This record gives sequence, C-alpha cells and structure tokens, in this order.
Amino acid sequence: MTKQYAFHNRTLPYVLVLPQMIIVIIFFFWPAFMALYQSLFIQDAFGISLIFVGLENYIKLFQNPQYLDSLVLSFQFAILVAFSALTISLFLAVQANKHIWGKTFYTTMLVWPYAVSTLVAGILWMFLFNPTVGIISYQLKKIGIDWNYLVKSGQALFLVTLASSWKQISYNFVFFLAGLQNVPVSLVEAAAIDGGGPFTRFWRVIFPLLSPTTFYLLVMNLVYAFFETFPIIHQVTSGGPNQATNILVYKVYKDGVINLDLGSSAAQSVVLMLIVIILSALQFRFVERKVEY
Amino acid sequence: MVERSLVRRAFPHLVLILALFIIVFPIWVVFVGSTQRLADILDAPMSILPGDQFGVNYGRAFFEGAKNLGANAATMVKNSTIMALGISVGKIIISLLAAFAIVYFDFALKDFIFWSIFITLMLPVEVRIMPTYKVISDLGMLNSYWGLILPMTVSATAVFLFRQFFKSVPREIAEAAAIDGASAMNFFRHILVPMTRTPIASMFVIQFIYGWNQYLWPLLITTKEKYYTLLIGINRMLAVGDAQAEWQIILATTMLALIPPVIVVVVMQKQFVSGMTETEK
Repeated sequence: MTKQYAFHNRTLPYVLVLPQMIIVIIFFFWPAFMALYQSLFIQDAFGISLIFVGLENYIKLFQNPQYLDSLVLSFQFAILVAFSALTISLFLAVQANKHIWGKTFYTTMLVWPYAVSTLVAGILWMFLFNPTVGIISYQLKKIGIDWNYLVKSGQALFLVTLASSWKQISYNFVFFLAGLQNVPVSLVEAAAIDGGGPFTRFWRVIFPLLSPTTFYLLVMNLVYAFFETFPIIHQVTSGGPNQATNILVYKVYKDGVINLDLGSSAAQSVVLMLIVIILSALQFRFVERKVEY
Repeated sequence: MVERSLVRRAFPHLVLILALFIIVFPIWVVFVGSTQRLADILDAPMSILPGDQFGVNYGRAFFEGAKNLGANAATMVKNSTIMALGISVGKIIISLLAAFAIVYFDFALKDFIFWSIFITLMLPVEVRIMPTYKVISDLGMLNSYWGLILPMTVSATAVFLFRQFFKSVPREIAEAAAIDGASAMNFFRHILVPMTRTPIASMFVIQFIYGWNQYLWPLLITTKEKYYTLLIGINRMLAVGDAQAEWQIILATTMLALIPPVIVVVVMQKQFVSGMTETEK
C-alpha cells in the first residue's frame, strides 16, 4: 500500500486524543491499578492504615466456600442465560427470516425491547411473580404451587434467569437475523435440490455459515450474564435467598460497597477482570482468525 | 399435502405471535398496574384491563413521586435525559477527535493510545466499582452531573467505528483540502464530520440507550434525591422495608423509564440495526 496522506502537526494529534486519554487514565487505568494494589493489603482494625499481606486476600478468597459457591453459580447462571437467550432468539430469527406476511411488523416488535433496561426487565417479571400481588404467582398458587421466590432458592434462580434471558432476546435476534440475511440463497436452494429437508438444510448449511455470529453472541451473552445482569439481581433477589442468586458481580458490590471489606473486594475485582480478559481474548482470537481468511 | 403446507405456512406465525405475547405481556401488565388504585393491585389477582387511574397515578408520579422517595418523576426524567444526552454526545465528540488523530496523523504514541482505548473494553464498571468510586469521591464529583457522565464517555466501540469509517474516506479529499489551504481542524469540522453523519446517528441511538439505562454507576454515586435518575428512583421506591410499596406510582415511573429509549429505537430502527451489527463485530 502506498503511503497515505497525513496531516503534519506535532502537537495537534496529542491535543485531539487528550480528552479521551485523560478519562481513560483517571477512570479506567488508575482504578484498575488501585484494585490490583489494594488486593495486596488489608485494613487494620480501625480502618486507618493498610497492612501489606501479599496474596493472602486471594488465598482467603479461594478458601472461602461462599466465594467458591458464588463462582460456580456465576458460571451456571451465565451458561443457562446464554443458552436460553441464544436458542430462543435463533429460533425466532429463523422464523422471521421466512417469506411470510407481516415480516417487518414481527421484526420491529422483536427488536424494540432492546431499549428496555435490564432493571426494568427485572421489575416487569418481579411484578408478575411477586408473591403477594403478582398475577402469575396467583395462578401458580391456585394450581397448588407454593410460589415465593423470596424464600425458595430454586424459584429465585428461575426468576432472575427468566428476566435476564428475556432481556437479551432482542439483542441476539438483531444479530441472528442480520446473519441469516447474509446466507446466500443459492446455497440453500442447492441443498434443497440435492434433497435436503428443512432440518438438514438448517443444520448442514445455514448453521455452519452462522457460526461466526453465534460465537460472537455466545461471548457477548456470557459477558452480559456475568456482569450486566447486576440490576436484576440487585433489584429482584439481592443475591438471596440463602446466596442462591449471589453471582460474583453482586458479591463484589456487596462486599465492597455494603460491607466495606476493601481488600477482599479488590481481590474479587481482579478475579473479575481476569474473567473479562479471558472472554475478550477468546473473542479477539476468533476475530483475528476470521480476518486471516 | 394441502394440510401440510398450511401447517408449514402457519407455523412461523404461531411461533412469532407467541414470542410477541411473551415480550408484550409483562409490559402490558405493568401498564395496567400503573392505571389502577393501589388497593386493586393489592387485591390479587389484579385485573388485566386498564383501570381509570391513569391521570391520577401518572400525575402523582410526575409531580410528587412516591411518599418515601423525596423526588418526583419530573426531576428524574430530567436527570435521566441529561445523563443519556451527556454520555452519548460526550462519547461521540471525544471518539471523533481521537479517531481523527489516529487515522489522519502520524505520531509517536499512536499505537500506545490505540491499545489503551482498546483495553478499556476489558474494564467495565462492574470490575472496578470501589476504586472508581474512590476517584470520583476524591474529585468531589459525587452527586453531580459530571460524576454521572464523565467516566462513561470513553467508548472503544465508538472510536473503532469512526476509525473504520475515516479509513474508508479517500485520502485525496484531505490532500485536496490541504492544498486549498484548509487546516486539519477545518477539514475535520467542515468536511469529515458532515460526511460521518450516518455512523454518528447510529452511534447516537446505541449510546443514548446505553446512557439512559445506566444503573450501577448512578446507584453508587447519587445519594441526593436531586440527582436520582428514573431507574434509581424506582429502586428506592421499592426499598420500603416493612411498609407497603406504592406499586401504582412505581409502575407509572417504570413506564416513564421504558418509553423514551423505546421511541428512539423505533424511530431510528434502521440506524440502530446497522450501528449494532457493524460496530460490535
């Protein structure tokens, strides 16, 4: 490639990136560095001075059964949410991609809930399933189900999973539909001529072509379930009952903001950072590979 | 055969209508609740047809707020709007500037800066809650619009999108502008930014929704009612302990929090979909 035209100015480019860099350094790098630093200290009994303890915060963390439970729970929850949100939205996108009457209407109706905030998603389902005023919980009780998600662990986990997956369907739908529209019609027709039924055509031809989208969405959904479902957990169950919905991101908030255990909260932050980095690396490697084709 | 093809033709409709029902039903129920008397909501099961308290409940939510809150929805709508506009406009401006520098200039720290911006993707607020809170409190930005907006204005996605777009603009345009005596900033303001309208519009939709729907950050830094956003207000109204939550007001406020971003998506659906599928990949 020939050398692209560039403006010549020694200071201007730095002035241009300055606002961005100030914010990146003050609000991103500095706090991340502080989390790393604080995770190596504990506060003394009076909360006045810091005592260096090395990796003790981390060791304590991974010896704490409550933390390990939360770790396992977070993975279960993330996989559950990602799996339900992905399968449902793929199924819906396949239906909406058929030549049917009212296609635009269906598409719009499935896209706009993207704008509904995670907290509102939590409120919607919480209201339906509220043990005293919820209209679904009323019906459940009528058919003999003892519904009270504030007391029963399984029900609480079910409710936050439902609200979290519901919220993510639109996002996935947008990507799956765009992906399906990029599948060449000729390929699908060729498969049909070769005698492939709808199921064969989908699994053998369409689904493999969608795999970049699916993989991208899988990572995004895991990140969503791990981190962005905080409002639902905070509002609907507060991590309870009995830690049943106490996922890592809620725990780091509670231990830091509510219980003011700074050392442990910082160590938890660092573990969370590692999880994001691993997920991003997965994504990045995949994007790299795609670029190389 | 006819029967089979009828089933095959009806199937997608059945599935999609069921999906629409599952999407719309919870929102409908919350809307219905926002038009009922509290007593009627508490007397389960609540009707699934709207009541006659629409004016009363929304009026109270908007001008008074729930009894335990100390803020009304008028204030909270204002705060949510300021936050959403501040975040989206701020992100767009600083990302345009950074992308312009990265694409149109050669300078020593270019790669370092590019990677610094990239790495922010791996540091969402959720993983640096306490230290970021400390920074904001040290800077005296708790309970302020600056505190709500500034830390959210970095966006690697916006920088990437604009960078990608700038790279697709033929360089001859910049060269010609320079020959005609335009300075770099003149080129940026009068030629490049107007050309970038479409990506800017896409970014605006996505970031407006992002800003409007922020929750954890305002939860941490707003303790004064004056700065409550709608979502924080809803959370605080529900935190009544043993007292009775004023569901009718809470639900009306929930509808107020839900409608503005939905309108933005519906009106700008095309920009929204293209913005999403182009940037986030």
